[in-house]
Amino acid sequence: MSAFARTPLRRSVTRVIGVAALAATAATVWLGLFVTPPAQVQGTLVRLLYLHPPVAWVALYCAFGVAALSSFLYLWRRTRSLFWDRLGASAVEVGVVFTALTLVTGSLWGRPTWGVWWTWTARLTSTALLLVLFLGYLALRRVPASPEVRARRCAVAALVAFVDVPIVSFSVDWWQTLHQRGTVLNPGLTLKVHGSMAWTMGLGFVAMTLVFVWMLLVRYRVETLAERIGDRELEISLSERWAEGAPEGTVAPGAPVAGTAVAGAPVAGAASGVPATGAAGALR
Amino acid sequence: MWRDALLVAAKDVRIELRSRVALWQVLPFAVLVLVLFGFALGPGPAALRAAAPGLYWLAVLFSTVLATQRSMAIEAGEGTRDGLRLSGIDPAGVFLGKAAAVAVQLVAVQVLLGAGIVVLFDVHVQTWWLALVASVLATVGLSAAGVLYGALSSGLRVRETLLPLLVLPVVAPVLIAGSRAWSAAVSGAVASGASWLKILGPFAAVYLAVGVGLYGPLQETG
Repeated sequence: MSAFARTPLRRSVTRVIGVAALAATAATVWLGLFVTPPAQVQGTLVRLLYLHPPVAWVALYCAFGVAALSSFLYLWRRTRSLFWDRLGASAVEVGVVFTALTLVTGSLWGRPTWGVWWTWTARLTSTALLLVLFLGYLALRRVPASPEVRARRCAVAALVAFVDVPIVSFSVDWWQTLHQRGTVLNPGLTLKVHGSMAWTMGLGFVAMTLVFVWMLLVRYRVETLAERIGDRELEISLSERWAEGAPEGTVAPGAPVAGTAVAGAPVAGAASGVPATGAAGALR
Repeated sequence: MWRDALLVAAKDVRIELRSRVALWQVLPFAVLVLVLFGFALGPGPAALRAAAPGLYWLAVLFSTVLATQRSMAIEAGEGTRDGLRLSGIDPAGVFLGKAAAVAVQLVAVQVLLGAGIVVLFDVHVQTWWLALVASVLATVGLSAAGVLYGALSSGLRVRETLLPLLVLPVVAPVLIAGSRAWSAAVSGAVASGASWLKILGPFAAVYLAVGVGLYGPLQETG
């Protein structure tokens, strides 16, 4: 798994997914804004339907699903690897962004439809709670600790927070409220959207899922690179300190002072120069 | 596991009884919160009576954070954690024991708060059994979730600020369901109140199960 993460193949896969995500998003925008007709009741407001449910789907199911699964796999001794930790953290970060987007797009739709930006319905409140929960996860992640300790803590936090996800999705049925029931995932699993609108919405789901996968891959790469840079910086500092100490060490026995000083200088330059270019290469 | 849980719970409760931190800090804090709510909502008895169930549960939630922090502070002494791990006690037992000890404290807090809202806010509970069942289920859920997150943030320098951020959103369902159930108990609407137990019950069960399963890996962190 982690070997795959470093191969050039992965980078080209990321690029292909990125291009596909861009194309699918562009197609959704075109279909959603120009091709599909306005709805009978909601008028042009219905166009948010091509964005809001897909974004919510990515946030609630894809992102936090991946986060929970990778946290579980990290905690399970047989599959314990920092790969899962990094993947889970990346998924949570992307998930938090998409949850925030879900709330924003929902709010934009709610204002003209319900007349208010925010209502205290079950779904809204529990989605907001979910956002705060995973913000807590990110806060926990910022706390300095060794990678293993941090990974274990975060994995537990993610799993516990994930327990909230079913509450979110079933809350509509638990608490009878103002919010409409699920459009696609309603209990009967029957589609209530028709024709070109259904296709556009379907495409929206594909587009947002692709965007999610792309962001996840990129975020994972940033995470590994950041770790590698951290290690490099330590190495560089260590070798610089070493180089500083070297001439003093050779002076002590009483050898010709000028010679050692000259010999010491290039060594110091080489020691700090080589890893520096290495770090720059990793950045690229 | 159960025997270990009993041992740990007895140890924690004994420490609390001797140190009197719960008695002199957590309980007065809960009462203080009630009094402050009274100030915030004005002296009008109608508004206070309507808000009482929510205020009660909010005070319980804040006390849960305090009790959990306290429960983890007991284990923060030098080598205490290692001692607990070396003793060969089942981590699930440690979790259940600590949760039970926190639950005992929460029961004390709730008895006091219950008396508080009756005296200060002039609340008359019609359906006692509903309020009682809701409280028991909520207490189990709160202490399980609290101890789990307490263990998660224990030993961190930022734990005082991190723990409320982590634990309060998690226990929000308890706040919602608890206050609704209590409102129903106050007004005597048994049927609608009982349905909220369907949230409190599973919440308690889920967090107990998660804690039993995950406390082991958390203890490894040291």
